[in-house]
Amino acid sequence: MASVKFENITFRYGSNTILKDYSLEIDESQIMGIVGPSGCGKTTLIRCLCGFIKPEKGNIYVGKTCVYSADKRINIAPEKRNIGVVFQDYAVWPHMTVYENIIYPMKKRKVPKQEITKRADYALSQVRMTEYKKHLPSQLSGGQQQRVAIARALVSSDQLIVLDEPITNLDLKLREEMLEEIRSIQRNTGTTFIYITHDQEAALKLCDKIAIMDVHGYICQTGTDEEIIYKPSNRFVFSFMGVSNFIPLLKKQDGLYIDVGEHMKVNHEVPAEIKDNVNYVMGIRPMDILFSENSAVKGIIKSATFLGSQYNYFIQLGNREIRVQRNTLDTLQSREYMEGEAVGLDFARVFYYEEPLEEVES
Amino acid sequence: MRIGIRNKDLARQDGKRVRLDGMLTMLSFIILFIVVIIPLFMIIYNAFFYEGNLDVQLFINVIFSGDNLGAIKNTVIIALCVTVFGTIMGIFYAWLLGRSDIPLKGLMRGLFTIPYMFPPFFGAMAWDLLLSGRGGYLNNWLMQTFNLAEAPININSVWGIVFVEVSYYFPFVFMQVVSALERMDPTLEESARISGAKQGYVIRKITLPLVLPAISAGALLILISSLSHFGVPSILGFSQNIYTLPTKIYQLINRAAGDFQGVREGAALSVLLIFIVGTALILQRAVLRSGSYDIIRGKSMRPMLIKLRGAKQPLLIFAFLSLIVIVLVPLVMIFLVGLLKAYGLPLIPANFTLKNYTNILFNNKMVSDAIGNSLFLSVSAGIIAMFLGVMIAYVIIKIKPKGKEVLEVISILPYSIPGTVLAIGVILAWSGAIAKINLYNTIWIILIAYIARYLSFSMKSASASLQQVHYSLEDAARSCGASHMESLKDITLPLIRPAMVSGFFLIFLPAMRELTTSVLLYGPYTRTLGVAIYSLRSDGYITQASALASVAILLIIICNTIVTQITKDRKGV
Repeated sequence: MASVKFENITFRYGSNTILKDYSLEIDESQIMGIVGPSGCGKTTLIRCLCGFIKPEKGNIYVGKTCVYSADKRINIAPEKRNIGVVFQDYAVWPHMTVYENIIYPMKKRKVPKQEITKRADYALSQVRMTEYKKHLPSQLSGGQQQRVAIARALVSSDQLIVLDEPITNLDLKLREEMLEEIRSIQRNTGTTFIYITHDQEAALKLCDKIAIMDVHGYICQTGTDEEIIYKPSNRFVFSFMGVSNFIPLLKKQDGLYIDVGEHMKVNHEVPAEIKDNVNYVMGIRPMDILFSENSAVKGIIKSATFLGSQYNYFIQLGNREIRVQRNTLDTLQSREYMEGEAVGLDFARVFYYEEPLEEVES
Repeated sequence: MRIGIRNKDLARQDGKRVRLDGMLTMLSFIILFIVVIIPLFMIIYNAFFYEGNLDVQLFINVIFSGDNLGAIKNTVIIALCVTVFGTIMGIFYAWLLGRSDIPLKGLMRGLFTIPYMFPPFFGAMAWDLLLSGRGGYLNNWLMQTFNLAEAPININSVWGIVFVEVSYYFPFVFMQVVSALERMDPTLEESARISGAKQGYVIRKITLPLVLPAISAGALLILISSLSHFGVPSILGFSQNIYTLPTKIYQLINRAAGDFQGVREGAALSVLLIFIVGTALILQRAVLRSGSYDIIRGKSMRPMLIKLRGAKQPLLIFAFLSLIVIVLVPLVMIFLVGLLKAYGLPLIPANFTLKNYTNILFNNKMVSDAIGNSLFLSVSAGIIAMFLGVMIAYVIIKIKPKGKEVLEVISILPYSIPGTVLAIGVILAWSGAIAKINLYNTIWIILIAYIARYLSFSMKSASASLQQVHYSLEDAARSCGASHMESLKDITLPLIRPAMVSGFFLIFLPAMRELTTSVLLYGPYTRTLGVAIYSLRSDGYITQASALASVAILLIIICNTIVTQITKDRKGV
């Protein structure tokens, strides 16, 4: 139950700046997701928070306590910061049994014996590892080790728990269960959680708030999942949060065209935000592209795949290939589209981004 | 469970906290400075300075004196010959065992480990008994049988020294090449065969180039070991005035009997020896850097075996005979002579007695002292060097301070410094020259030399193991509330315990049979096992020396078995 505040954190490895003037506030009793592509500095940030490395500049607060300050020369030792951590590589101690791993933090923090047993058993049941109590980590699968690491973090702090990619090694079903479990644990205890991941879907499912970091270690946007999905602050956030198409646009006297080798007129009004003399691209999700007989935008279906709940199409649009998804229900209500067929396209929910000079799409 | 930290304490925390990292780093540097740098510095200083003034004259005189030039020549000739013959032999056996379908491979492998375990000077003693120019057993028998006027083979010669050293050093190449052959991807050879290449062509053009790095690594190891080797040339060469640099240094120090001029001359020769070994080392670095192939994989695969067909029987007989001559004959000889009533009597059961054993074990104060000293030295050097090695490895691998490369080089340095040279450095440093500390003639001066000499063994074994301990394991303990010290104690040390145990034995075993360093450092009451055997022999008690050597061989075999047992258990975990 502690808030966390990063103030102007700067961290470098040699001449390589990982974080520059990084600031972020995390409210107490929330699950905060920090999401970004690998190599963006998420883990570095967490290592600064835990006290394993020292930033060059800035302050870090946990609750009202300043745990690190470059100016005031404060640097509290990791063991006194009272943060539970689930490490990327689990860091389950191979020479201790599951149970010994879990009681270690409580022993170090001098919790009374009876309570240790009680809380360890409870934590084991929370991660569904009770029957593996006496096993050594080498006898466990990767996913089971991860759950041991989660249990160990749960008992080691009741104010702040940091999870660094904690469920990447679980299969899909177990991953969803663990997300649910983490959520309900958080709701019950009210502990603040920081959840580090590159998997935006897991972050959306779990987190109250999400901060999106780009490759350079800058925070692009902080907000609730709705805010991030409906109002992505820039092109990076938009493309990071899901499969996306980017189509170059051209503004002409009579309206908006897409520029895909040939120019095709788009069926909707020129929005007010579009300025003259600037190149724009349209960002659009596959689900937001609709088949429409009377559109001037025409493409040819190159492939159609049935994925159960939806159909997935790759459509040749001029010199570009775009991805379109369609609900199975919609298809059943209208008709199926075949490979090789020419189709007209309408664009439903469109985001406009200024086009940087020639850049490869992510 | 929440730990309240009062804000006013915070400012003080950073400054006041004892920085374990910094302390360990400092300590590593200080210890290595004392143990390694000071002795080396003292050698160079004393070789070139006299009472504070530069004095190159002594150095020049020493190097260009006729005696010493002869020693330099012998050292280089012996080392080169040992390297060439040892390498050829090593490759031959490696190919035979690694690539051909010769039977009884397991037995032969077992025999190959024997030269690894015993000090070469035991072999020199045995061959001296057999083939000494003046009445070696084998020589006498040959003279009688064939009515020869003089001994047909004289082991007390440069060639004799080369022969004995080869038989103890060829396993360096053998081991390297066998493991390279085993790790080599067999499809490389198979695809050459499929493309139509003949057997001989495949060996020359595919196999040989691939194992070349292993061969050169092993060969240079032989070269360096032979250059700094003391035991064999001293046992076989002294009687004929054949000297190498290490034995010449020993003679100078011994003759000087405390006279400083003699020690300085020894120091001057040491500088020369360091220079020669250093050249070989630089050569080794260059060769090792240029040749490592990725196609040699860590995974073990079943290689294609070459059918020997008609050559199988003759090769098998030849391999076994040569192995028996090299490995078993000296051992048997030592045991038999140890049983003789008097040296020179024929080797028949009627002349055998156990009196030598009872004499040395129960009635000889010098011997029992020596065994006690060796045990004390090996165990304490083992324990101390093991912990120091772990600490230095921890600093290098985990703390990674500025200057860690320096630390690494300094800690490995003594391994390539000849034992004789190290001994001179230790004498110069700890006979009152520094802070009036005089350890000469005490057991502590030998202990210091052993620690310096064997530190790199435990450091290497600890580094390899520490590299497997990911930093997050310690971090996890820290965030669970353990202090840095507690995380070391609870997590890191238990995880590298197996490496610590094997590090201890890696030091204990060679220290038990050590001769080169202790022969220069021992005092009246601080003989070691090696020194005791050596002095018994040079004082003419040849049967007793053999008996004690037999006891040492048994001790070594027992310890080796224990170590193999321990390391076997480790694999199961």
